[in-house]
Amino acid sequence: MKARVTVTLKTGVLDPQGKAIEGALKSLGVEGIGAVRQGKVFDLEIADMDRAAAEAAIKAACEKLLANTVVENYRIDIA
Amino acid sequence: MKAAVIVFPGSNRERDIAYALELTSGQKPALVWHGDRDLPAGTDLVVLPGGFSYGDYLRCGAIAARATIMDAVRAHAARGGLVLGVCNGFQILCEAGLLPGVLMRNAQLKFIARNVHLKVERSDTPFTRRYNAGAVIEVPVAHGEGNFIADAETVAKLEGEGRVIFRYCDAAGQVTAGANVNGATNAIAGIVSENRRVLGMMPHPENHVDPAIGSTDGRGLFESLAEALQTA
Repeated sequence: MKARVTVTLKTGVLDPQGKAIEGALKSLGVEGIGAVRQGKVFDLEIADMDRAAAEAAIKAACEKLLANTVVENYRIDIA
Repeated sequence: MKAAVIVFPGSNRERDIAYALELTSGQKPALVWHGDRDLPAGTDLVVLPGGFSYGDYLRCGAIAARATIMDAVRAHAARGGLVLGVCNGFQILCEAGLLPGVLMRNAQLKFIARNVHLKVERSDTPFTRRYNAGAVIEVPVAHGEGNFIADAETVAKLEGEGRVIFRYCDAAGQVTAGANVNGATNAIAGIVSENRRVLGMMPHPENHVDPAIGSTDGRGLFESLAEALQTA
């Protein structure tokens, strides 16, 4: 089983890296892109277990390490 | 004073901290490896030094905050033991949940390595008793992620409880937007825990302790700790 965890900054948290990328896109002349927010993607290989157990394990990984829930949200997608 | 300086892979300021502690207390601190389970018996001060623990992978301080020794550091803090985290050490304390908030990328996106002025907000803590409240000291910063952020409620709590100990300011002690080197909320450079026994700060007082460097403005912090632990 494989899973993907997407970590993004919470709304309202300033993202200077995203702003810099936004500025770079503008200077490249790429049209039509408004705000940019940068995040992280983690691809996880999950050991054989049922889906509920896998979800619980990945949630624990997110809460304990992958995301800093003070400023970040996470989303889990199990393939 | 019986200090323990924790060394993580990628720490690089542990010797500067050890030098400052020995200079001001006369006692050599123990250097404790992150993989150890226990602090040396009788440890009364734990210092998390600056550097780039684990190469700043994932988030600054995130991996170090989950190191084996951190359970002992948490237990030490829970007993009311003194803990000082400088720079990466501050980031580790936030990631470990020993201090609130998080240190984000500097607002200007640049790594900043230069001297800054700090306003010492209060002198009634074990870390600042040798300073006068309102004093302005000059110490260096060297960080890319020092922009202190917390939710509005946490910031209000920190301010309301007088837990902001250091603030970026200009040479005259004015807290101006221009003096806020990294864009930190309310120009916060250092905060303490609720019981005022855990201090995290981005600037490096340990680098301004020896007259040979040209400034001893940081010395007061280590003298404060030495004095607090002597009379304890």
